[in-house]
Amino acid sequence: MLLNEFLFLGALLFCTGVYGVLARKNGVLVLMSVELILNAVNINLIAFGAFRDTIAGQVFALFVIAIAAAEVGVGLAIVLLIYRNRRSIDLTDVDLMKG
Amino acid sequence: MPSLLAAAHLDVAQNVAFGFLAASMAVAAIRVVTTKNIVHAALYLVVVLAGVAGIYLLLAAEFTAVVQIIVYIGAIVVLFLFGIMLTRAPLGRTANLDNNQRPLALAVALFLLGLLVYVLVDAFHSTHLDALHRPLRVGTTALVGNAIFQTYVVPFEAVSVLLLAALVGAVVIARRD
Repeated sequence: MLLNEFLFLGALLFCTGVYGVLARKNGVLVLMSVELILNAVNINLIAFGAFRDTIAGQVFALFVIAIAAAEVGVGLAIVLLIYRNRRSIDLTDVDLMKG
Repeated sequence: MPSLLAAAHLDVAQNVAFGFLAASMAVAAIRVVTTKNIVHAALYLVVVLAGVAGIYLLLAAEFTAVVQIIVYIGAIVVLFLFGIMLTRAPLGRTANLDNNQRPLALAVALFLLGLLVYVLVDAFHSTHLDALHRPLRVGTTALVGNAIFQTYVVPFEAVSVLLLAALVGAVVIARRD
């Protein structure tokens, strides 16, 4: 198989995730788009690991998965706190630091 | 027989599986970022994550594929569904899930995609994954275990401390006091 098949798929997932992060205003949906980005990175890591015939790609992908789990836990806790304080998770309303 | 040797590089079964997985993942990923129903977004995310696990299997990374299913589909998607429930999201179609920067976001994403495709075509236009053809390469799980507990044992321990810190942090942030 061509290496580029996997890299193109990763690029497509990454750009879809970037679009989601920029265009969504619901906090939970933004976190889902971040997961798309992290999965794109993992596909690239494992594809390059298979290409170079090294196990380091898989090990790094496992680290990314563990850190993604931590990120979702803390991120959803923050979203819950925003919801409890403002009764909405509309991220366009969270503009206290806007000049 | 050069034609047979060339045919050995075609990997018909793998390419058919890849095409099926990639097409369903692309559709599902686009639905995640465009659907009007927030619960459907979480369920489309399941399709994408399962497809990523299938891609790992195609790349002979079976341990990572299983971890992907256990951690992402088993834990993270459930966490998302809990987040949707606890923030009392409207369960039907809702009109206002997107902000007013959609055209700009689409432009940025398409520009990024074009740039990445150009760079990848330029760099790897005819690079084959020959490592997948190595005979008697039954599994990589033992290699992963050796690598984690020998070469990468310090980052591994750091990740375990990080997970503990994230757990405590999430509890502290989300609890009512």
